[in-house]
Amino acid sequence: MTTLEVTVLIAAGAFLAGLLGALTGLGGGVVIVPLLTLVFGIDFRYAVGASLVSVIATSSGAAVAYVREGYTNVRLGMLLEVATTIGALFGATLAGWIAPSALAVVFGLVLLGSAWFAAQPRPERVVESPDPLATRLRLDGTYPSLQGEKHYHVQRVPLGFGIMAGAGALSGMLGIGSGALKVLAMDQAMCLPFKVSTTTSNFMIGVTAAASAGIYLARGYVDPGLAMPVVLGVLAGATLGARVLATTRSALLRVIFAIVVGVLGVEMIINGFHGRV
Amino acid sequence: MASMDGSEPLPPPRPVWDDDAIDRLLARLLQAGVLLSTLLVLAGGIVFLLHHGRATPQYSHFTGEPAELSNVAGIIRSAFRGDGRGLIQLGLLVLVATPVLRVAGSLAAFVVLKDRTYMVLTSVVLLLLASSLMAVVF
Repeated sequence: MTTLEVTVLIAAGAFLAGLLGALTGLGGGVVIVPLLTLVFGIDFRYAVGASLVSVIATSSGAAVAYVREGYTNVRLGMLLEVATTIGALFGATLAGWIAPSALAVVFGLVLLGSAWFAAQPRPERVVESPDPLATRLRLDGTYPSLQGEKHYHVQRVPLGFGIMAGAGALSGMLGIGSGALKVLAMDQAMCLPFKVSTTTSNFMIGVTAAASAGIYLARGYVDPGLAMPVVLGVLAGATLGARVLATTRSALLRVIFAIVVGVLGVEMIINGFHGRV
Repeated sequence: MASMDGSEPLPPPRPVWDDDAIDRLLARLLQAGVLLSTLLVLAGGIVFLLHHGRATPQYSHFTGEPAELSNVAGIIRSAFRGDGRGLIQLGLLVLVATPVLRVAGSLAAFVVLKDRTYMVLTSVVLLLLASSLMAVVF
């Protein structure tokens, strides 16, 4: 195949990933690396480099819409970014020391975890009582709802901070947004309302990815010819997905996405063990 | 917002970011950054495909990018030469800069709000980002 043909096919695949990622709220970044390595036979390091920059593109692209809505808890985002950026720098540095086939196995495990996460029902756990540490850090906030302004109290700050450091390390190591883990930390550990956790997580994904992007660029992992169709495809897919999102949020779509991600996870692990990635 | 029934007055509400002029400016900067980056990547992509579209890609074998595509000075030089790959890489640099810009904007907002704790935390995040980007500058 020629470069032109490969570029068009990758752009189409990235478009689908971005669309599905936005529609299911899980981000398309997690399927970009398996798509590039398993389907197109691209080197793991180039795949991770391209995926990482596409993660920044979707985050910054969506942020424009989210900022206007005003749900983002900037204080909480900034506090947790201390954890994610440290984690990302650590993960990106570590990635240079680990064999790509071993990273592929880790990637497969993360995919299986994301598939499980996507299939789980996640109840909203808004708590009425304030937490002393969250109060001292002025993390509590309000968000607009049909019943007017609603207050929420942030819980378990140290636990959330710890999970975020792990999310950052995975993001830096594998070139993904770790959106699932970030939302998990904020929804379940810190008890934020969905609207706040989704937008705050999006705000943080771009900053976390930017922290490892410098290291990846300098190491020569970001190939422009490959990153171009990935970034443009994901951005177009995610933008369209965000438009459609207002009308549909199908449970069926989440199940399909979970199955696709799970199958890709098993494939990544098998290929990693055989040293084919 | 003041209580009408004569009970204890409510504490002053936290400044809402949505209404903040800085935040609106930031959203616009972010939008401009993504747009500029997309245009550079698109233009570079067209030039790249015109010159190399018929060649066979070598993505399955990792060789790493040359210095002119992995540090800022080299990228700017090749972009201004009109090289397709250089233009794409410049677009990607702009893209990486957008979240950094957003953190810098938040720092400005915390300075305006005189919020010491978050001035420090935001500065730490900016320093961590800068330490990573130093790798591309040198």
